[in-house]
Amino acid sequence: MSSTVALSHAKLPRWAPALVGVVSLAAAGLPAMLLGWGLFAWLVASVLLFLAALPGWSLVVEGRRSAVDRLMTGLVWSAFGVAVLPLVWLIYVVVDQGAQAINGEFLTYSMRGVIGDEQGGVYHALIGTVFITLAATVVSVPIGILTAVYLVEYGGRSKLARWITFLVDVMTGIPSIVAGLFALALVVLIFGPAFRMGFGGSIALSLLMIPTVVRSAEEMFRLVPMDLREASYALGVPKWRTILKVVVPTAIGGVITGIVLAISRVIGETAPLLVVAGATDGVNFNLFDGRMTTLPVFIYSQYAQSTPAGYQRAWGGALVLIAIVMLLNLIARLLGKLLAPKKA
Amino acid sequence: MTATLNPPEAERSEKPASRRGDRIFAGLARGAGLTILLALAAVFIFLFVEGWNGLNAEEATYRPATDFLGYIGPLILSTILAAIIALIVAVPFAIGIALFISHYAPRRLATPVAYVIDLLAAVPSVVFGLWGGRYLADLLQPVHVWLHDRLGFLPFFGPDPASPNGRSLFTAGIVLAIMILPIITAISREVFAQTPRLHEEAALALGATRWEMIRYAVFPYARSGMVSGVMLGLGRALGETMAVAMVLAVTPVATLNVIGTASPATIASNIALNYKEATPSRQSLLIATGLVLFAVTFAINFFARWIVGRNERKQAKA
Amino acid sequence: MAKSIDVSDLNIYYGDFLAVEGVSMTIKARSVTAFIGPSGCGKSTMLRSLNRMHEVIPGARVEGKVMVDGQSLYGPDVDPVAVRRSIGMVFQRPNPFPTMSIYDNVLAGSRLNSRKLSKADADDIVERSLTHANLWNEVKDRLGKPGQGLSGGQQQRLCIARAIAVEPEVLLMDEPCSALDPISTSAIEDLIHELKSDYTIVIVTHNMQQAARVSDETGFFNLKAAGQPGHLVEFNATKKMFTNPDEPATEAYISGRFG
Ligand SMILES: Nc1ncnc2c1ncn2[C@@H]1O[C@H](COP(=O)(O)OP(=O)(O)OP(=O)(O)O)[C@@H](O)[C@H]1O
Ligand SMILES: [Mg+2]
Repeated sequence: MSSTVALSHAKLPRWAPALVGVVSLAAAGLPAMLLGWGLFAWLVASVLLFLAALPGWSLVVEGRRSAVDRLMTGLVWSAFGVAVLPLVWLIYVVVDQGAQAINGEFLTYSMRGVIGDEQGGVYHALIGTVFITLAATVVSVPIGILTAVYLVEYGGRSKLARWITFLVDVMTGIPSIVAGLFALALVVLIFGPAFRMGFGGSIALSLLMIPTVVRSAEEMFRLVPMDLREASYALGVPKWRTILKVVVPTAIGGVITGIVLAISRVIGETAPLLVVAGATDGVNFNLFDGRMTTLPVFIYSQYAQSTPAGYQRAWGGALVLIAIVMLLNLIARLLGKLLAPKKA
Repeated sequence: MTATLNPPEAERSEKPASRRGDRIFAGLARGAGLTILLALAAVFIFLFVEGWNGLNAEEATYRPATDFLGYIGPLILSTILAAIIALIVAVPFAIGIALFISHYAPRRLATPVAYVIDLLAAVPSVVFGLWGGRYLADLLQPVHVWLHDRLGFLPFFGPDPASPNGRSLFTAGIVLAIMILPIITAISREVFAQTPRLHEEAALALGATRWEMIRYAVFPYARSGMVSGVMLGLGRALGETMAVAMVLAVTPVATLNVIGTASPATIASNIALNYKEATPSRQSLLIATGLVLFAVTFAINFFARWIVGRNERKQAKA
Repeated sequence: MAKSIDVSDLNIYYGDFLAVEGVSMTIKARSVTAFIGPSGCGKSTMLRSLNRMHEVIPGARVEGKVMVDGQSLYGPDVDPVAVRRSIGMVFQRPNPFPTMSIYDNVLAGSRLNSRKLSKADADDIVERSLTHANLWNEVKDRLGKPGQGLSGGQQQRLCIARAIAVEPEVLLMDEPCSALDPISTSAIEDLIHELKSDYTIVIVTHNMQQAARVSDETGFFNLKAAGQPGHLVEFNATKKMFTNPDEPATEAYISGRFG
């Protein structure tokens, strides 16, 4: 039997982590200065020092369990810090490099006839991106929403519904290049091996978009309270009209948000379009004939040229692409807030 | 109330019209669902039909190898090596960040952090490739030298000299790690947050520290969710194309060395790099390798979802 | 080993919301103290502040003093983890760890405290705790089975066994019987009687008869009005509370004329 278990045992002061942090920075700073390490190496060394010193001190004063707890706390915090670094750095580089490339001409000229260090632009790629992505949206939204309706309103717990749910989940993991190869195989089988068209890219993107649309729409439909449907049935409204007039309008905000997010995801796809829609320097308005460049493919082709001018254009394209993606994300969030059913 | 007063005839005369509408609409919805199943089947069939020729074409097609296995072998090796590097780096960080969001961060910090991680998921892979090839590779080059000097006796870091520009499988793996971090984080975070408060408090009331509470109450509860998150991340890493294609310096010679001057491409990036060689037999060959990739990622995703589903069913029962 | 608890001028907050205001009381060692009162008056909150479980909720904090045998519970160098180790807690809903066997559940606390536990010691702790919790005979043949396979009443006794396995000095129970049938309830009440000789016990209950049956002293909490903080109306020997309370409000509540 334990006699008097102490409620308090020796404990590090509250400011111990701060102190150790400062000391670690300073201690790692010395060799960093002497040996001429970069900022990066200095930070890494400080974090490692901190992760050793604080639990070490704690082990001496507070005992093993607290030391382990402090070590894990430190590790979790550094995991967070380290993960944020690449994102910040990447965004900084894209904005910094991209801003130097972007001007009016860059956005309104294509690459047709651009030789060497002439500037050229992304106009053709913007057109391609808009056309191909719109076509993909037109294909996937009806299929996605109707499937969600089936799963929520008709499928119940039937075998078919469960299989669809499961396969839709599995589909979210299909590598995008495989979707591209599928579209390529389809196009080649129908039109011959050398044929390319923008709509092939739309097919590939649809394959990637549909699962996202189904999942978000399904989730939203399930949130519509059963009472609403029953109230409508009780008025003698048939099921299909109930779905169209009650269920879909109630959930529409979330569904649109889901669609916009799905678009923002596929708009950055490169590999499938590279394979099936190909790349070209000129503007092509016809989805069903000829190669069509999208923004991501533009970035890749410019990068692949390995020239300073090519890199510059690639960064410019990257900034435009990131801006579009972030804008779509923002719109999705705003729509989600604006269209959310108002709560009493 | 009027409905009960209606004579049965009136009801009957209403029904056919609404029934027809219902039947058409139900048919449409069902048809959409079936379309998805068909599309998935079509993916398999078309890849199979078009890829079949690539499996046993004439020897010249498999340049520089002589048969399909010889061609795809080095690609598979690279694919697996890159995915393993990505997992080794990403999993501890992802779980750490998920714990940070669910259990460690002050609430005011948790939401923005979750948002930032989601942003990471929204960055297109071609931008990651651009950044990886132009910046990260340079930053990591000294790490290559360091690994080669210290651990060069291992087949992964030697005996060939370290890459002079950092455009190695190692760097590609790191880029992949950053790219799969969000999905593993998102799924782990969700299962961590679902741990019943009751169990967490039971552990705390026994005098557990926060870490012990996590080990006793959170991890056992979240284990299968974490496994499936990692599997989904693995699926992504295996299938990611552009980032690898843009970072990696390619050679057809198979090697275990992940920090050497060049490695074979991964299956996915090999397709992107060679799509221009559109001779029909070469094209079939690329599609055949895509079929292999599809089969593997499909199996992995299938398994991951199955684990999640099994767990949900178990919890529904409890 | 049992200890007395002195509470003085305790205010308990959830963020800015003052949930319990100005509580002072003395909880005697080796006795059973019951907290009663209407829903939402802060009984659970009060109880959880006695082993620093309250601060587990983000933003939650307390003002005032809680002394355990002359030692302040909220002193600057007091480790909440150590507090919870010596002041155990049983929750309203039984919460055995779902992934652990009955055996491991009982040992969960001990495993935390000492790294290595010999098989003999472990068996000994398990048998002693389960016997103490009146559960040994029912489960001794299936110690390896998961704890969640037991009935609700058995699970709750398993949680009590888990709490007393670490030999705490005080045992806090928050409506331990509210999810149980009358037979399990009476088994637990018997158990409380037996445990009284070794532990200081504080129990929250909505069941007046239960408070009257098991407790030596009773505290009645109430709300002045909806949205106002809860406070301690009366704290007295249970016999006195149920026959001749000092406060009219107490009498009204106990006799059911509450409103
Ligand atoms: N986690 C929390 N966050 C904010 N306020 C809380 C929280 N838990 C309880 N409260 C508030 O504190 C007050 C006291 O709640 P408490 O749970 O202590 O009441 P109780 O007396 O135990 O009620 P019951 O008999 O229903 O269990 C209530 O007004 C409640 O709304
Ligand atoms: Mg309560």
